[in-house]
Amino acid sequence: MTRLDVKEVTVRFGGVTAVDKATISAEGGQVTALIGPNGAGKTTLFNVVTGLQKPTGGRVFLDGHDITHTPTHRRARHGIARTFQRLEAFGSLTVEENIRVAADAVRAKNAKPAKVTRGLIERIGLERYADARADSVPTGVARLVELARALAIDPELLLLDEPSSGLSEAETESFGELLRDLASQGRAVLIVEHDMGLIMRVSDVIHVLDRGRLIASGTPAEVQADPLVRKAYLGEEDEPEDDEEHEPDAEHEPDDGHTLVLPAAGPDDAAALPPTPPVPPASPVPPLPKGPGPESGEPASGGWF
Amino acid sequence: MNVFLTYTVLGLVIGASYAIAASGLVLTYATTRIFNVAHGATAMVMAFVYWELAYNQGLSNWLSVLIVVFGVAPLFGALLERWVIRRVADSGVGVTLVVTCAVLVGLIGAAEKIWPPGVHQVQQFFAGHGLTVGMVRITGNDLLTVALAVVVGAVLWAFLKFTRLGVAMRAAVDDKELLALHGGRPHLMSSIAWAMGSALAALAGILLVCSQPSELNYISLTLLVVNSYAAAMAGRLTSLPRTFIGALVLGLLNAYASGYLWTGPGWTGFREAIPAIFLLLMLLLMPQAQLRVGRLAGVAGVRTPEMRRVGLASALLLLAVVFGNSVFSEVNVNRMALGLCFAILALSLVPLTGFSGYVSLAQFSFFGVGALTVAKMHSSAPTAVLAGALLAALAGILVALPSLRLQGLYLALSTIAFAQIMDTMVFQNPSLGGFGGSLTTKRLDMFGYRFTSDKAYAILAAAVFCVLGAGVILLRKGRYGRVLIALRDSPAACATLGLNPRLARVAVFAGSAAVAGLGGGLYAGLQNQVGSTNFQFFNSLPLLLIVVCAGVTSVSGALLGGMLLMALNSYPSTQAYLFLILAVAAVGLGKQPNGITGWLFSLRDNPLGARLGLGSAGIARGIATRSVADPGRAGKSSAIDGSVSVGENAEVEA
Repeated sequence: MTRLDVKEVTVRFGGVTAVDKATISAEGGQVTALIGPNGAGKTTLFNVVTGLQKPTGGRVFLDGHDITHTPTHRRARHGIARTFQRLEAFGSLTVEENIRVAADAVRAKNAKPAKVTRGLIERIGLERYADARADSVPTGVARLVELARALAIDPELLLLDEPSSGLSEAETESFGELLRDLASQGRAVLIVEHDMGLIMRVSDVIHVLDRGRLIASGTPAEVQADPLVRKAYLGEEDEPEDDEEHEPDAEHEPDDGHTLVLPAAGPDDAAALPPTPPVPPASPVPPLPKGPGPESGEPASGGWF
Repeated sequence: MNVFLTYTVLGLVIGASYAIAASGLVLTYATTRIFNVAHGATAMVMAFVYWELAYNQGLSNWLSVLIVVFGVAPLFGALLERWVIRRVADSGVGVTLVVTCAVLVGLIGAAEKIWPPGVHQVQQFFAGHGLTVGMVRITGNDLLTVALAVVVGAVLWAFLKFTRLGVAMRAAVDDKELLALHGGRPHLMSSIAWAMGSALAALAGILLVCSQPSELNYISLTLLVVNSYAAAMAGRLTSLPRTFIGALVLGLLNAYASGYLWTGPGWTGFREAIPAIFLLLMLLLMPQAQLRVGRLAGVAGVRTPEMRRVGLASALLLLAVVFGNSVFSEVNVNRMALGLCFAILALSLVPLTGFSGYVSLAQFSFFGVGALTVAKMHSSAPTAVLAGALLAALAGILVALPSLRLQGLYLALSTIAFAQIMDTMVFQNPSLGGFGGSLTTKRLDMFGYRFTSDKAYAILAAAVFCVLGAGVILLRKGRYGRVLIALRDSPAACATLGLNPRLARVAVFAGSAAVAGLGGGLYAGLQNQVGSTNFQFFNSLPLLLIVVCAGVTSVSGALLGGMLLMALNSYPSTQAYLFLILAVAAVGLGKQPNGITGWLFSLRDNPLGARLGLGSAGIARGIATRSVADPGRAGKSSAIDGSVSVGENAEVEA
């Protein structure tokens, strides 16, 4: 059944339209992916669904109920949970306390918050870090803490914003299984992700956003074949200065260097699209090799382009 | 008509001096993002320096003004920036507020030391000269004030708009790092801004004392800052033109209020509260702040003790009080009891500021509500104290509700406005249930025992402190404590988990105010006599300063803070030294946000402490070492840690 329905949502920041009449949905029991180049409005859309951002126009429905004007904390009680692209773990609490805060928040649902917390720590594999302060664990682990915390409120709809960045290849693999597992229990999982290999493996439906507009929706195979998607990703007939114009407020769609846009020119166009790993601008440390890429010699899963 | 004109002129003159002061405040805030609570105190000290030069050393008035405004004041501002402000520039609102509070009390202490109380008269500029418009007499001094405000406004505008330096300063406002990358010198910019801010404060201070010659006084000039806060808030702390308009409106409101409002006793308070009400209104008109997303900033806290330890510490405290009772003189026993009452007040800051990160400068008002209730009920029954706590809790809700949308600095400013309103409109005002001078109180009568002796009262206060302290620790260990800390770390994430941030904030304000009110009730009983001067807004500044320096994240810090506050009240001669120590401690807060007790606890972590067997390593530290020592993860975590800076953040984010 359709858990989430986003109908013609528009978000404007001043003169910049971050999301332009986007209509997407997420079904229970499925993994739905939301992809698009940097600045396409994915995180902004997540913020609209969770109520952290008021839409300029359009409506949001959860299980058929209009929640467009429902405050964030009430949406959470109706079963929406999320993780953040930029970490929002509670830094001064331990990993276990992070999850416990969420488990306590829905006491009525959870008979035994302590037990729920322990269970999630085991399930996500955070035993080693349970007593560590959340601001002392590596980024990848902190993302898992956010996932566990979101799961602690036992959501019907789970929104994950780039959950695999910071995970190793092996960890990403088992993370994909976890996603399938979560969906198979009837949850709707909506995921924003730059790791195309992961997306192609786990998604049932993919929505593609470009500059705030929905340009394609469908199964992984359908989306890969879509000419509009190819154009958006490969940047054909694209004026470079447009990027600036469509970059919304940095607070909402931070530009941390993630990009899926390949160099437009070159004979490699038909080759596998390597997901560029996150490269924070000021970081002197080379990025983690993650996912398939030309250097690694591995074929991209699903034959993405 | 003439009356109206007279008040209009008066209002414009007052507004002009507010405008000069407020523009200095805006300049420093806009360039360094540090709100200078000590702005008014700077004005006060510089006015005294002016008096010293012009009247004690016999220099000419004009030369003295030039020396102060272009010499002493900018130098002071630049030195302050170099040695104090720069060290805390990257800390949270809590730390910067406390540090500028330290500067404020330090300046008052210094002024009292250098210029002991006495008559410090100054004369108006152009005395005897002036203009008469219709029936309205405008003095030369008034004209000078207005003219200088116009000049200041024009010069600042041209400076920021057209000079290289001014443009670079505006760039520093937008992005310091970027400015540095492009060859700018952000440190120089902030030095210049503080020098200019200080010079403007000095100018405003001198003009104000000269227009109202009786005003050369430590406190009233320092309080000028509340008026300039209000004006600066009209410009949202960044816009100079709006600040000027705000200052003029405020000046006119003040003047018309004194001219036209009914002059009954109830209205006197209202008139004095106008700047505070204006400030509150400006704050409430602020646009709704979005929940901030995108940071993982933990705040270093002290370890929560085991309950067994809490019991042990409580027993020790009670024993110490019993011991003190047997060795101290009667006066000192009374002081010890006073220190314990203050410790309860300090404890009220632990969940509010220590756990939740809200900076409140209204704690003495809650304390006062408790005391006022006990005094008004004139009862010795414990129910009076409880009623005081209850009323204080209601006052806490009253503070929290309108300011629900405000964060950090703005919330702190709204508590200042509330405290000022309570002081002028309620405490000083018998027609609204205030003290009206002072009221006598009765000692508690509980369990068939009357706590008439100070010794018994000290034990009672210690017992109450222990119970409340244990309660605070239980709170921290429990569900609600976790929620408070989670809310401080990420309100956005809390909302997405179904927690209502507003409800939690109202609750913590109410609880904190209730604790403060309870302390106030006990304080009233101890003192036998309380009056409105005991609960002025001004007292909350040293309270916050002392408690944060002592350690606002721990119950032991609250105890130390209460005792220090008592020392401050009981031994005025030590004030200057205490303030000096606190100023140094406050600057250290950038590094050790848990204050003196936090630092003492952390001594257990260093090798020396460990060797002495003082305990195991602290939580955060132990984990940091463990994660580095973990070989299985080492390679990966180093790559990730380089990409996102986590872990090192230790700030008291307000």
